Amino acid sequence: MLNWLLEPLTYEFMRNALAAGILVGILCPIVGTYLVVQRMALLGDVIAHAVLPGLAIANFWGIEMLFGAFTFGMLSTFVITWIRTQSRVKVDAAMALTFASFFALGVTLLTVLKSRLDLEELLFGDILSVSSADVWRAVWVAFVVLMLIKLFYKELLFYTFDRMGAEAMGLPVHLINLGLMAGITLTLIVGMKVVGVILVVSLMVGPAITAFLLVKELHQMMAVGAGLGMFASITGMYLSYYLDLPSGPTIALTVFGLFLFALLFSPTQGVLTRPRNQLLTRPPRHSSKK
Amino acid sequence: MLEVEQLSVNYRGILALDEISFTLSPGELVGLIGPNGAGKSTLIKALLGLLPMRGRALMDDRPLQQQRHRIAYIPQRSQIDWDYPITAWNVVMMASTATTGWFKNPGQQAKWRAEAALAQVQMTDLRRRQIGQLSGGQQQRVFLARALAQQADLFFFDEPFTGIDKKTEDIMLSIFAELRAQGKTLLICSHEWGDSLNRYDRLLLLNRTLLANDLPKAVMTLENIRRAYGENLQPVAHSHPEMPFFC
Repeated sequence: MLNWLLEPLTYEFMRNALAAGILVGILCPIVGTYLVVQRMALLGDVIAHAVLPGLAIANFWGIEMLFGAFTFGMLSTFVITWIRTQSRVKVDAAMALTFASFFALGVTLLTVLKSRLDLEELLFGDILSVSSADVWRAVWVAFVVLMLIKLFYKELLFYTFDRMGAEAMGLPVHLINLGLMAGITLTLIVGMKVVGVILVVSLMVGPAITAFLLVKELHQMMAVGAGLGMFASITGMYLSYYLDLPSGPTIALTVFGLFLFALLFSPTQGVLTRPRNQLLTRPPRHSSKK
Repeated sequence: MLEVEQLSVNYRGILALDEISFTLSPGELVGLIGPNGAGKSTLIKALLGLLPMRGRALMDDRPLQQQRHRIAYIPQRSQIDWDYPITAWNVVMMASTATTGWFKNPGQQAKWRAEAALAQVQMTDLRRRQIGQLSGGQQQRVFLARALAQQADLFFFDEPFTGIDKKTEDIMLSIFAELRAQGKTLLICSHEWGDSLNRYDRLLLLNRTLLANDLPKAVMTLENIRRAYGENLQPVAHSHPEMPFFC
């Protein structure tokens, strides 16, 4: 058994991949929790695609990709907010349009600037080709983002739960929102560089909603989500190593498997395990809107 | 004392409120009534600084916007996501978020205040419940406790009597009376109608402009109500002839 666990670690690419997987497995679910509770889970997907023009420009001018990607990721959130607040258009439509437009701009720039950026690697990622530099960049971003979440936890809790109440009480909600979007964008960028767009979205949303079915407080959702994300990364890596499966998708499917397990067997909310009389005792559901 | 002078709000090109002026005194329980879309919530949101407005709102001669910590706001139930992973206790503890300051955890005093507020609304036993597991009335009491723990001077309630049980209504009314006795000012936005409006010291009847501002009896006249709700309303039989009921 021990041999089974240690053998993959003799390869440097596996050590790097595992380190990167564990890192984004912890970071993404914690940050993703804020997306889920704000019903903005798709925003992760939008930002992850909207960074493409930034990557193309950064690649062309030879500047650090983090800056280019961050600029366009944030810009996409501003555009969504602007459309939503200045018109009757709802947020899902604003996100869909921004997503497609930014991605189209990115593809156009890649062509016009004759960039050699590998679009396929960006979208599907390759955790096995992660370099030590990528891992260290992820370490720094994870450290900064997690510290900021710890420092501003109570303000973020208030803001994401009851934005109007927070604003009425005088909290600087625009600043809090900006910080939150910056944290989400940074996490997505380092995550997608390491594991690709699809897997980063999977790790942002999957473990967080799995935890959502198991606990009743936000910080518990983050802790359980991080544990599940890490577990899914490690399990997915070993499965892919021994069964010769593509690593990223195997991790994403493990995430989905864990969610399905919680959906069926959560002690309080599981489809098969919730108390039978819950339908009778649970208070009526209320329509709610943001 | 809250003084509102010529408050107007433009919302996406529509004049939602037109030159509203009124005052609210300490110890007053005031009802804000009017038809749907009259601008009741808009008025409260403008006073809270959530919408851009023209005009002035002064609290004890200083701009209200600079004294937001003195206002407690109880939102409409529909504005809250009741599936949010949070317990009743942590909702009440939000009362101290703004005053605690950045980078700090709430102190012992904030916890005592939250405990006292939960006891006052009879929710101590249920404080560890996730808010979605509470009944509509219990949820309303959690937000009332948050407002109490905030120790504000001015209370804005947005439709507090919607979808609640008798017990919650009784608790709320007794707390309203207590706050009033302490010299707090309460503005309650409501679409309720009929005898229950007699519980207020004064009524503001709103439909984009302020149509009436007087004792409940004086506001609830056929003429005022037709001005607010339109000409097609018909009075129906009712126990108090001087307080017409409409359908």
